[in-house]
Amino acid sequence: MLDDFFIRALLAGIGIALVTGPIGCFIIWRRLSFFGDTLSHSALLGVTMAIFFDINIAFSVFVVSSVVAIMLLKLQKTTKLPGDALLGLLAHSSLAVGLVVIGFLSSIRFDVMGLLFGDILAVNQNDLLLIWIGGALILLILKLIWKPLFATTVNYELAEAEGMNPDKYNTIFTVLLAAIIAISIKIVGLLLITGMLIMPAAMARNVSNNPIQMVKLSIFGGLLSVLIGLFSSLEFNSASGPSIITAALLLFCFSLIKFKKIKN
Amino acid sequence: MNKEKKTLLKLENAGFSKNNKWLVKGVSLEVRQGEIVTLIGPNGSGKSTTAKIALGIYKEIEGKVNKFTNKIGYVPQKISIDWTLPIRVIDFMSLTEEPTEKQINIALNLTGVEHLKNKSLGNLSGGEFQRVLIARAIAKQPDILVLDEPVQGVDFKGEIALYELIKKISEKLNCGILLISHDLHVVMSATDFVVCLNGHVCCSGTPQVVAKNDEYKELFGDRASTTLSIYEHKHDHTHSPDGTIKRKQ
Repeated sequence: MLDDFFIRALLAGIGIALVTGPIGCFIIWRRLSFFGDTLSHSALLGVTMAIFFDINIAFSVFVVSSVVAIMLLKLQKTTKLPGDALLGLLAHSSLAVGLVVIGFLSSIRFDVMGLLFGDILAVNQNDLLLIWIGGALILLILKLIWKPLFATTVNYELAEAEGMNPDKYNTIFTVLLAAIIAISIKIVGLLLITGMLIMPAAMARNVSNNPIQMVKLSIFGGLLSVLIGLFSSLEFNSASGPSIITAALLLFCFSLIKFKKIKN
Repeated sequence: MNKEKKTLLKLENAGFSKNNKWLVKGVSLEVRQGEIVTLIGPNGSGKSTTAKIALGIYKEIEGKVNKFTNKIGYVPQKISIDWTLPIRVIDFMSLTEEPTEKQINIALNLTGVEHLKNKSLGNLSGGEFQRVLIARAIAKQPDILVLDEPVQGVDFKGEIALYELIKKISEKLNCGILLISHDLHVVMSATDFVVCLNGHVCCSGTPQVVAKNDEYKELFGDRASTTLSIYEHKHDHTHSPDGTIKRKQ
């Protein structure tokens, strides 16, 4: 027995998983897992800004995350601080500023739990439209820049030497990352975005030996996590967002076991 | 009629400084079609830096770099591929270009690693990886090849074969090669033009000219100048004083 809201949740989750699959692979390859965290922390600032100025949440999150991401790229080039220190700096400062701004908004009803963990069951038609159109755009751009971005990921200097413009594609990629966080914030929430980005890709890494295969398996793993997570949240009445991530965790564990069997 | 050799890459008085220290300064050189230009010099003399200036990896430089082609193959001195990347040799071959299956096979065959085609890059030995790096750079049929100590970690027999291959490639593809090498024997026997660096251009010219230069002897010791006599070999061409080649009739 499937309700309308459940169909919408499924469609939303599938849309998100299709995009987080390939993007997540790049996050793992480029060791950016913590970068995703930083961006999702800055998304909190984006959400509060949206409420403060009464603008669209996804748009506001996208702008703030992009600014933070590009600031990071600039700081990496101009300061002597290591990347992880800069990530920490930006994560904590944007989180702190976000919380301060929330303090000023005490008069407005504010669902912090929903913001942190997402509420996939509350997805409406507009959200669906945003996810599918935004997601299709992200995938299209990613497909177009795949080659130079991948070359840059493998080796920056090689890409630079052979005319692939690595700086340009690094920037485009970080903006894409900000975009996926913006469109998925309502579905899986701040805390679980990075999980959704990293876990299916990590699972895929265990069982693949070339990049294309890893991307395909990562998408497959994400889709499976969404399906298992949502149906079990319906069955056991568990929180939907965390259920999806738990399903992804189970898949990851499963991929480890299978991996060992192949070896033996 | 002599075919005019096109200039592919030209450095004019190029230099690069980092943290207020000049890594290399005042380098002028020219790479033409079918020519091998070699950079030699002690550690820290700015060989790799010069290569990176020529490649455009270092952008805030002094002087001028003119490139007359965008088809460049680069074999860097140091490269680390993250093991988090599941990538096979065959995926790596088409990293920046789309060479045909046949071109890939030929290139891998030339460097003697065709059997590793479907192996994961992370499982290769140092020497095998080096051969793959060279194969990748030549598979895309570049106009300029920049090779930064391309045979490091390759076994002795392979070393000679690879240098012979490099020579062959410059002739077959008619591409210009900028080579960085510590192997003076090779430099002196297979190169058209030598630039001896030590933070600046110490001396430059044909191998014969450089070998007789006093600064060269000082940098590499007296024995270095004997490399020529040991490896003297027949040329099918001569050089004019500025390094251009004159084919013997």
